[in-house]
Amino acid sequence: MEEGVVNEILQGPLRDVFDSKQLITDISGSGNNWAVGHKVFGSLYQEQILEKLRKSAEHCDCLQCFFVIHSMGGGTGSGLGTFLLKVLEDEFPEVYKFVTSVYPSGEDDVITSPYNSMLAMKELNEHADCVLPIDNQSLFDIISKIDLMVNSGKLGTAIKPKSLVTSSAGAFKKRQEKPFDAMNNIVANLLLNLTSSARFEGSLNMDLNEISMNLVPFPQLHYLVSSLTPLYTLADVNIPSRRLDQMFSDAFSKDHQLIRADPKHSLYLACALMVRGNVQISDLRRNIERLKPSLRFVSWNQEGWKTSLCSVPPVGHSHSLLALANNTCVKPTFIELRERFMRLYKKRAHLHHYLQIEGMEESCFTEAMSSLSALIQEYNQLDATKSMPAEDLPRLRIAV
Amino acid sequence: MSIVTVQLGQCGNQIGFEVFDALFSDSHCPQGLCSKRENEAYQASCKERFFSEEENGVPIARAVLVDMEPKVINQTLSKAAHSGRWKYGQHSCFCQKQGSGNNWAYGYSVHGPRHEESIMNLIQKEVEKCDSLNGFFIIMSMAGGTGSGLGAFVTQNLQDQYSNSLKMNQIIWPYGTGEVIVQNYNSILTLSHLYRSSDALLIHENDAVHKICAKLMNIKQISFRDINQVLAHQLGSVFQPTYSGEGSFHYRRNPLGDLMENLVPHPEFKMLGVRNIPQMSENSLAYSTFTWAGLLKHLRQMLISNAKMEEGIDWQVRPPLSGLPTLGKMSLNKEFHFNTSIANLVILRGKDVHSAELGAFKDPALYTSWLEPVHAFSVWKTQRAFSKYEKSAALVSNSQFLVKPLDMIVGKAWNMFASKAYIHQYTKFGIEEEDFLDSFTLLEQVIASYCNLGF
Repeated sequence: MEEGVVNEILQGPLRDVFDSKQLITDISGSGNNWAVGHKVFGSLYQEQILEKLRKSAEHCDCLQCFFVIHSMGGGTGSGLGTFLLKVLEDEFPEVYKFVTSVYPSGEDDVITSPYNSMLAMKELNEHADCVLPIDNQSLFDIISKIDLMVNSGKLGTAIKPKSLVTSSAGAFKKRQEKPFDAMNNIVANLLLNLTSSARFEGSLNMDLNEISMNLVPFPQLHYLVSSLTPLYTLADVNIPSRRLDQMFSDAFSKDHQLIRADPKHSLYLACALMVRGNVQISDLRRNIERLKPSLRFVSWNQEGWKTSLCSVPPVGHSHSLLALANNTCVKPTFIELRERFMRLYKKRAHLHHYLQIEGMEESCFTEAMSSLSALIQEYNQLDATKSMPAEDLPRLRIAV
Repeated sequence: MSIVTVQLGQCGNQIGFEVFDALFSDSHCPQGLCSKRENEAYQASCKERFFSEEENGVPIARAVLVDMEPKVINQTLSKAAHSGRWKYGQHSCFCQKQGSGNNWAYGYSVHGPRHEESIMNLIQKEVEKCDSLNGFFIIMSMAGGTGSGLGAFVTQNLQDQYSNSLKMNQIIWPYGTGEVIVQNYNSILTLSHLYRSSDALLIHENDAVHKICAKLMNIKQISFRDINQVLAHQLGSVFQPTYSGEGSFHYRRNPLGDLMENLVPHPEFKMLGVRNIPQMSENSLAYSTFTWAGLLKHLRQMLISNAKMEEGIDWQVRPPLSGLPTLGKMSLNKEFHFNTSIANLVILRGKDVHSAELGAFKDPALYTSWLEPVHAFSVWKTQRAFSKYEKSAALVSNSQFLVKPLDMIVGKAWNMFASKAYIHQYTKFGIEEEDFLDSFTLLEQVIASYCNLGF
């Protein structure tokens, strides 16, 4: 809802990739106010948005899903972004909606981000098919780790520069590195790996609709924690299979997750492993067997693994792994969100900015809170079953 | 008589390619170890069954390829065309863009009715190319969405439209530790539907074939291609031509009919398993020799101890001694020992095949009491060696082989069903909880029937 970023893209090296008619901008922005994004700009631009969506959809032989990429803490991405979800749901009810949401981290500079995030969460709960939460702090930690490796100059460990998950090598043209570029590259790689099986051949393909089918056991529990490995490739190519196994182990460590979460110590509902490159089914199975004992799965899905093999590796790597987990470790993120929201809401700070927008009432806030609390409660209930032994339920008896 | 193959989904298409390739390579193999005339008769019979002829002489597989997304079919078609030896018909495939999302309900209730006419038309065209139709092979997996759901739908349609032809479904049983999370749901829905509409289910387990690749073939980094090639080898050893009877040198014309007659005497018992020996890497083959006595001894022990491959056979297992009371109902909880059969078919290929002694397979103790060994056991032979193995023996068995795996899948699916996980994905497309319950009931019935064979 302001022109700066979009204009920059249109003048940058990718200007030919984007259709300049398929964009909507305004002048003043949303002022970091969810209500402005959702209610004001939502109703103002609804027709235009629908028209451009329909135009894009017409170009498709077969439309399978939408990717919505936004942040939760701001005004436009958060407000207008979630407004869009409702529009998509009404207009294209059979098309899946994958949402990549950047959650605000601890030290973020937008004071009203807790309000924006909370209000957006309710929409995500109700209208998204699948959400991939990301937070800036984790991305930043990953980058710091990489910088440490690159600069540590350990003997014999030279990193192939093109292989950094943050590098824009393989990107179209060299351009000025800007502050968030490295972090955004990680998210870009996430989306690349997610769609790799749909774009390239492999011996066990996985389509995007399969992700929703396998990883969302109950409609409300559709938040997937993602992790990408490897973060870089060492130039030393002498230890291929140990490196491969290391890649699998890393995918489950808390340092590689794209939000602050520790899946190993929480409960898994389902897990998907999307492997790219020269990896075969036996490598995949060996690693699953190896890692299974250290992971806790919910009792009714003890062997809940979804796997896929794509033959084409990403640029600069010989293989890579994207792990998507439906795991109760997202709970702390939501609990923290609720706490930060409560701190502001109790004091009624900045509330008037929202309430003065037409269509906004206090009930919007309280409803959003109860929606999030219900979600947290669901995760709590699942966690409570963590320590119970898996019991086999009595089966149907047949009279012989 | 000819067999029309329908390849469904990624698994079905990838395997189908390897099967046709194996059949073709074997029939053109120079080491047939028999006379030229014999070899030519074998080739002609194989060709009639599985390939049709084109003007420029390149054989075309009698197959229809179906998938709900284009990548695998394109790959399969081009692999076949590039081999230069045989290929698929240009217009024999049907494909869509969006896939089935691993959702049985989507494959069965959405894709099925939507594309029924196109798919059945393709099959009709292929059938018309045959002088006489023996029946259908349907190659599919149970774990995914297209092979399983659409496969079940197509089989049902074949039953309605071609009620006089036989249908054998080649089903791939997924790995125990999943490839797909909802594979147990997809599997029980598939099996229960196929039990009603198919004539026989020939089942291959990924876990078992994986072990064969690891232990017998010594493959270090096993790929799906390796697994599919072992599978294709097993299928080829069953369906390549054999003599039509004892003392005959003409090739059998009705393999599917003969197989069903021998192996599926009762509609309650339709699950067939294949064992094939020897199985080894080509390098080892050069240094090995076999005797029929040795091969048959191993094969028999594999049968009664339910071994899936030639290594690690439990020689302690013995058939119950006649005259003593039978061991009683097979218990699924204990390590069960003896594998009772309803019917067995042994297929022998290679040198001196007529000298093979098969008495041990006719022991009544191997079989359930309501069928005489003379009806329960049959043997097919040919002198022509298969795929460079001087002697090879295959066993197709209707026995308790598959009870344990079936029981495990039903158990896991039941646990998941009790928590209602993922059910909303199926009800979205018209498969209700009742359909699940029906499937569970049918399969528990099948398990119980097989368990009671010991009486």
